[in-house]
Amino acid sequence: MSSASSLSVDKRDIVALEGVTKRFPGVVANDSVDLAIRPGEVHVLLGENGAGKSTLIGMLSGLQQPDEGRILVDGEPTAITSPRHALALGIGTVFQHMMLVPTLTVAENLLLGGPWWQRPKTEELEARVAEITRTLGITVKLHARVSELSLGEQQQVEILRAMVRNSRLLILDESTSMLTPKGIDELGALMRRLVEQGLAIVFITHKLKEAAAFGDRISVLKLGRKVGEIPPERFRALGEQVIISEIVELMFGKQKDDPEAAERPVRTIHAEAAPLLQVHDLGVAPTDDAPGLSSISFDIRPGELLGIAGIDGNGQKQLAEALAGQRATAYGSVRLQGATIDALSVGERRERGLRYLTDDRLGEGTVGTFPVSINFFLKQVGAAPFWRRGVEQRAEIDKRAAQLVREYDVRTPSLKTPVARLSGGNIQKVLLARELAEGAKVVIFNKPTYGLDLANTLASRQRIRDTAARGLAVLLISTDLEELLSMCDRIAVIANGLLVGTVENADDARTKIGRLMIGLAA
Amino acid sequence: MTGLFGEIFLSALLFGAVTAAIPLLLAGLGEQMSEKAGVLNIGIEGMMLAGAYLGFVGAFYSGSLWLGFLTSAGGGIAVALVMALLCVRIGLNQIVIGIALTLGLEGLTALLHHFQFSRSYPRLPAVDVTVIPLLSDIPVIGPALFRQHLSVYLAVALVFAMGYVYRRTQLGLNLQAAGDKPAALDVAGIDVVRTRTIAVLTTGALAGLGGAFLANVGAGLFIPFITNGAGFLGIVLAMLARGRPVWVLFGALLFGVCLSLTTAMQVAGINIPTDVIQMLPFLAVMIMLVLFGRRASLPAALGIPYERGAR
Amino acid sequence: MSIDTAPSAGATALDATAAVVTRRDIQHRLLMTLGPILAALIIAGSILLAVGVDPLAYYSFVLKRGLLSPLGIQQTLTRMAPLLFLAAGLIVAFRAGMWNLGGDGQFLLGAVTAAASAPALVQVMPAWLALICSFVIAMLVAMIWSLVPALLRAYQGVNEIITTLMMTFLGTSLANVLVKLVFRDPGTTVPQTRTLPVEDRLPRLFDTTITSGLLLGLVAIITVHLVMTRTAFGLKLRIVGANPRAAIHAGLGVPKLTVAVFAISAGLAGLAGAVDILGVQGNVRADWNPAYGLAVIPVVFLARMNGFAAIGFVFLLSVLSIGGESAARRLGVPNHFTLVLVSIVLIVLALAEYLDHRYNQSRRELKR
Repeated sequence: MSSASSLSVDKRDIVALEGVTKRFPGVVANDSVDLAIRPGEVHVLLGENGAGKSTLIGMLSGLQQPDEGRILVDGEPTAITSPRHALALGIGTVFQHMMLVPTLTVAENLLLGGPWWQRPKTEELEARVAEITRTLGITVKLHARVSELSLGEQQQVEILRAMVRNSRLLILDESTSMLTPKGIDELGALMRRLVEQGLAIVFITHKLKEAAAFGDRISVLKLGRKVGEIPPERFRALGEQVIISEIVELMFGKQKDDPEAAERPVRTIHAEAAPLLQVHDLGVAPTDDAPGLSSISFDIRPGELLGIAGIDGNGQKQLAEALAGQRATAYGSVRLQGATIDALSVGERRERGLRYLTDDRLGEGTVGTFPVSINFFLKQVGAAPFWRRGVEQRAEIDKRAAQLVREYDVRTPSLKTPVARLSGGNIQKVLLARELAEGAKVVIFNKPTYGLDLANTLASRQRIRDTAARGLAVLLISTDLEELLSMCDRIAVIANGLLVGTVENADDARTKIGRLMIGLAA
Repeated sequence: MTGLFGEIFLSALLFGAVTAAIPLLLAGLGEQMSEKAGVLNIGIEGMMLAGAYLGFVGAFYSGSLWLGFLTSAGGGIAVALVMALLCVRIGLNQIVIGIALTLGLEGLTALLHHFQFSRSYPRLPAVDVTVIPLLSDIPVIGPALFRQHLSVYLAVALVFAMGYVYRRTQLGLNLQAAGDKPAALDVAGIDVVRTRTIAVLTTGALAGLGGAFLANVGAGLFIPFITNGAGFLGIVLAMLARGRPVWVLFGALLFGVCLSLTTAMQVAGINIPTDVIQMLPFLAVMIMLVLFGRRASLPAALGIPYERGAR
Repeated sequence: MSIDTAPSAGATALDATAAVVTRRDIQHRLLMTLGPILAALIIAGSILLAVGVDPLAYYSFVLKRGLLSPLGIQQTLTRMAPLLFLAAGLIVAFRAGMWNLGGDGQFLLGAVTAAASAPALVQVMPAWLALICSFVIAMLVAMIWSLVPALLRAYQGVNEIITTLMMTFLGTSLANVLVKLVFRDPGTTVPQTRTLPVEDRLPRLFDTTITSGLLLGLVAIITVHLVMTRTAFGLKLRIVGANPRAAIHAGLGVPKLTVAVFAISAGLAGLAGAVDILGVQGNVRADWNPAYGLAVIPVVFLARMNGFAAIGFVFLLSVLSIGGESAARRLGVPNHFTLVLVSIVLIVLALAEYLDHRYNQSRRELKR
């Protein structure tokens, strides 16, 4: 272990954290974390969801204050009291969720934050932007409305914003989750140019390969604690593979392999079996805030796991919603067990065995203020035996809910606890229980492990594999390529609302999918 | 019947329309400011009443209309301060508090008026008009539009000033960000709560001025419940105007014409209940909504209190 | 997201459905209700003091006239009838996350149609049947009146706050037009509808002057409460209110439910108008507008949208307004003071709830 290397304050540090602890109701988000951030370095913060990365950034960018410990800026203990203060100290942050006003133009967004009585200094900005973009080799449409930009372009605007404000330290929070493989490479090159200009970068990610590829120094966080650090000297001395296995050891203990890369069990799918789900030439009209779908066709046979790969926001959600009956289709047909279901409502489709497990657990999957018990039956309101002649049968509901809580191992203080008080993993279990309940034939999983910790991720994946093993047809939508490669039989790639190709999950699948995602033929 | 639509009649009608439109305009502009910044201000009726009462009292005892405007703005701001504290700073439900403030001020101003003036309704002297040379000589519209009290011109000028603020100043950007994506404003280093507070207090001032105009310039006296829904009309105007001050002006004038028509009909002795004409603007707007009903482009964070770091 | 989320955000803070009710909870809730009311009485009292009225004398007079005198309590209970119907209608709407601020227009149209139909119907059918028919007509008219905002909200996503506000202005004017032009009683000089003879109105309870409309109101609000808390239909509405996107995801027909909510809410407001006319007023005079609709909104919030609690608060409001009207005549304090009092109670209660929430949160954090 090499974590003792930078505990003492170093004059070169722009920012240093000493024993920083932050608590939230029920969790210690950061537990006595030490961190040193130096100019000319990409400092990778690596950790699972819930490892405390976001909280750490919150404190550096002035959104939150530490409960214990101190933050040193240029060697001076400093309380970063507000985002304004952070900016003044030269700390610029690119948040995971875009922090741009969609109804304003790029220029207006960059100008946000000036003294309120002033006229926005547009000319000054234009000159400054021209200078920065030239040295960085990027182009930015200053007068386009932010809502018209792609997510990658929006991210560049955010980085540009930090540069316009003379940031010395740039924090990038999970910046690659919305990017294409090509976009990720470009971001890596951009970061390199920025540190060469003397900037310090903190790059937050949960992906091992990115950490190894882009970092100069890696700090590994686990459950709020810093469990190790790899300094640049060691980084340069070791090869990528060695580094990855060292990180894996830090993150997951003494196992040598990446636990996510579990071997895909070989399943035999009856090729002659009739498809359970047939989608033919499906189209959805685009709306103001969502892309449309055009000519989507695929079949899924019993026991088959079809994956949908693609960058987030390319029509995945629209596809899932159209299949579930939540979104109107423009043309095409969907057949379930050979029978067309185009005219059926959400409830009728569910009744026939088509289930949709949404990625938005609290936004649409559950009603946060309602008890856990009711949330199990949100899609069956009025159905016997839980309701008789429209009247709620509490005993029946509680009995069945208790059964599901046991069966799916939902950790909840009581059946009456509002579901929003549960952790993400447990809310996901409630949804799994609801969708996989009796009568399921085809299940659509939309980003089923998004935001879950490792244990819950693995448990959810096992549920999905079991579902397929029971002979159900499974559609697995995910932005995590590793996940798809470890689970699916075939993987289709979606881009701009179009299925651009389908790949058998064999040895060369990864490269083929990568090429499809950036618009090359497989 | 020729006299009915004669020059003098039309001119008086237009004059009345402008007088009736100004309070609505001020209320609408005020409400628009709050809504832009993400605060649905249902308490505006109460702010207008506070302004109307204090404005009247100020003008009555000082003898100065302008001092009355000053006290009215103060009254509106005082009510807005309560709203800002409860809804912006600690994030209580905006509709609940708004309705409570409206009801409370309806009662309070009626109560205070009763104890101040008992059952008498003293009047203020008629206001002086500012005649704009040349323009006021245009037939019909000249006397109607260009022989008005100075405050009328100022209110109309305010429309363009607001337009300038929204489009061309840093404050305009901040307000829009506070309503559309408050978190973005926060990380840009601007205090969301302060921005919204400024907006709500400005709304209070404008609503108060609107109330004072209604009482002091329009009616010349204060009677309990004098606003009679003008604040709510302001909310309707602001929501229909989609963030543009000029549209508030057009809307206010449309309502003003209908209100003025009611009075004119009574004077002319025409036997149609005034209620029919009062229905016209609402009818027009509802028909427009039915025909072109589309999602009103309201700020994304309207009605949602901002809490830093809330996930 | 748009303004649509505002009601649900409000509902979470004020919705008591998810809570587990224990004895300590009830005690705590009682304290959290009575404490702020006491504080509000003190604040409002100091306003009285400021204008030179002895608050204790005022409060005891209101109590005596509104609650303790035989005549007063009968008037109070009679006043409750329309308020209960209105509260029931608002509970449905608010729990379903829809801001029906058009109660006054719906109330007046219900009142006018009831006032127009009842005197005509009693001439051709037995009085009891005429009353029932008038109730139904009033309800239907109010329901139809709510159709425009309902359809606009359900199918076009037009914000219901503006549309119901506009419809209430329209409805108030239309009610006046109807009284003055269509249903005007030719026998009187003041514009008003024909008067329903006292013997044909809703019967009084026993030997009192209390209208039997009170019982109808109680039935209405208790039914609403049970439907909202115990049935599948009520749960569907609450899902729509608490999380509209979850409702779509769960396959609920949100547009149809929206229309249903408006219809029920407005129908109940129409019945409120009818019960006031058929039980008490007997006719509608031009420009009559008691503006109960806006005054009942705070009551529903104070009751946290709970039907039984709403009965209590409606009673309190009735005591205050009957007592206040009496005090206006005797003590010279305008009955508008009641509005001030209700408003202060609402604000103080909301504030207390916020502080209580904060206190609980910090205590929970300290425990760890």
